[in-house]
Amino acid sequence: MSESKYLVEVENLQKWFPARRTVKEVIKGEQRYVKAVDGVSFKIERGEIFGLVGESGCGKTTTGKLIMKLLDPSGGKITFDNEDVTHLDHVALDKYRQNVQMVFQDPYASMNPRFRLRDVLEEPLIIHKKGGSKAERMEMVKKALNEVRLQPPEEFMVRFPHMLSGGQRQRGATARSLILNPKMIVADEPVSMIDLSTRAEILHMMKSVQRDLNLTYLYITHDLSTARYFTDKIAVMYLGKIVEMGSPSDVIDHSMHPYTKALITAVCEPVAGKVNRIKEVPIKGEVPSAENIPQGCRFHPRCPYAVKDCWEKEEPVLEEVGNGHFVACRRYKEI
Amino acid sequence: MMDKIKMKDERNVLEVENLKLYYKVSEGLVKAVDDVSFFLRKGETLGLVGESGCGKTTTGTALMHMPTPPGYIAGGKIILDGEDIVPLKENEIRRRIRWEKISMVFQGAMNCLTPVYTIGKLMSETLQEHRKIEKTEARNIMVKYLNYVGLSEDVLRRYPHELSGGMKQRVVIAMALFLEPKVIVCDEPTTALDVVVQAQIINLLKELKEKLNLSFIFITHDLATEAEVSDRVQIMYGGKIMEIGTNQQIYGEQGPMHPYTRRLLEATPRLHEEVEELAFIPGTPPDLLRPPQGCKFHERCDVAMEKCKTEEPDLIEVAQDHYVACWRCRK
Repeated sequence: MSESKYLVEVENLQKWFPARRTVKEVIKGEQRYVKAVDGVSFKIERGEIFGLVGESGCGKTTTGKLIMKLLDPSGGKITFDNEDVTHLDHVALDKYRQNVQMVFQDPYASMNPRFRLRDVLEEPLIIHKKGGSKAERMEMVKKALNEVRLQPPEEFMVRFPHMLSGGQRQRGATARSLILNPKMIVADEPVSMIDLSTRAEILHMMKSVQRDLNLTYLYITHDLSTARYFTDKIAVMYLGKIVEMGSPSDVIDHSMHPYTKALITAVCEPVAGKVNRIKEVPIKGEVPSAENIPQGCRFHPRCPYAVKDCWEKEEPVLEEVGNGHFVACRRYKEI
Repeated sequence: MMDKIKMKDERNVLEVENLKLYYKVSEGLVKAVDDVSFFLRKGETLGLVGESGCGKTTTGTALMHMPTPPGYIAGGKIILDGEDIVPLKENEIRRRIRWEKISMVFQGAMNCLTPVYTIGKLMSETLQEHRKIEKTEARNIMVKYLNYVGLSEDVLRRYPHELSGGMKQRVVIAMALFLEPKVIVCDEPTTALDVVVQAQIINLLKELKEKLNLSFIFITHDLATEAEVSDRVQIMYGGKIMEIGTNQQIYGEQGPMHPYTRRLLEATPRLHEEVEELAFIPGTPPDLLRPPQGCKFHERCDVAMEKCKTEEPDLIEVAQDHYVACWRCRK
């Protein structure tokens, strides 16, 4: 089989969590669902940085966990490296996890405080039975630490997590994810807890590692500004669905979906002369609960352009508007 | 070393002189706020920006006269509405100052609302502690302030878990308002919120400032948010003030003067600019248990001179309302 251009293909992916039932519902045998991810499709090219952007509760982290196989999907299909990985048994999952690794948001919580950095990094090697002897494993640890520029590695290997700064810890976490030579890394808000002055440094490091090792990233974030700088492609999620997808300049400078437009106007920019102005925020209210998704287009209750069609007709699907730029809006031409 | 800030101005509602707040830990003394002087004018918003551990929240708690143990106010004056509150006893602070003259929206306060109380009960607790008033009158006050923050009366019957993040933040802001304080300290009020809700809360604070003629101290780590809310911005690093300037002086064409502010601003991503390489500041903020000699920033500064390593610069006025603590910025 020829190698596909895409490393990951996600088709109509769904994750419905059963909601807690009331007594009445138990008697009637009804079940409501929280539709955290509700029909998401996208493809990630080999060597691409794919950004999944959205507000809290939009399902971006759940999508990441589904791809990581930390959760089992309720529906849809995930293809990784030409293989269907939607449902895997233990053995296949072990193999899959060597290829897909994760960097978590909180570098403070994602490391065992009683482990030295070398133990933190050695752990995945032991679990996956890589590197025959201790000495070989330590060589691999050193290599990974060099990769993330924690130099000299001998000095950092013996440190405990509390002896590292936030940025160094996140480098350590990245090294841990690299040590098994994965093809893809899922990074869930990797810099949101890191100080502004060092945030760019971590992103630089991640980008240069990605180029050196030809990795594919799924970058999950709420921050459009870093997504623009860091990614090759951005997908904007709202209530469990992708509403707009395309290159960063398409999505940010020529956004088509009213939700993306609103997100962009709401972002603060460090420019003078805005203190005494009240900023127009074109959308009202907050994201509704995923337990109760609005009929029709799920964005219509907050959309300033919504017309009768938007809630009476079926939900708009992602539609290509030119050169890899997709929008799910019935009225994108008019607005 | 004395910072040369012009004080004793009638327009000031708050003047802080040589404030020191130290934490006594087993390894030694952490000078979290180290000899800091600044002022807040009536009806303005002063931004307090810096990275984590620079002393911005600690400054906020000092203004409320409630340092977190093992912290204590080691010296200086906090002149609020003409009165120095540092020497006052705790019960007097409680009775006359805290919430009455100065209140604070704490970081993450919206997630700390007692889950088993209704919003009405939570709000009336503060009110009845301070004012001897009838229930109906208390209710009227609560409704009035809920309306100010854009919430309706029926929120009073609800429990915290029934409200969204933005609504909870509005409740917390209403609670900071209703004893009619002169100064409100907001510590990262928008950090945990989504961008759209963030913009709504920022708009709300601006409206309240206009309507009630309030003075705000707005603490955040984000220079971009600060550009939207603050009339004047104060940049802190390692427990010291590095620069104070008006919104125009910091964010305008000319840009800030202090190298730290400059570098921090360069590291702030801008949405509408295509950048190939985002700037960053190498190194980490200083360990305040073992602070560096001289200027606190010199180890990370790319224009540091010999003098910066040995002598600490004081804050001097370089233009109207523009203060900088840097040897390089002296003529």
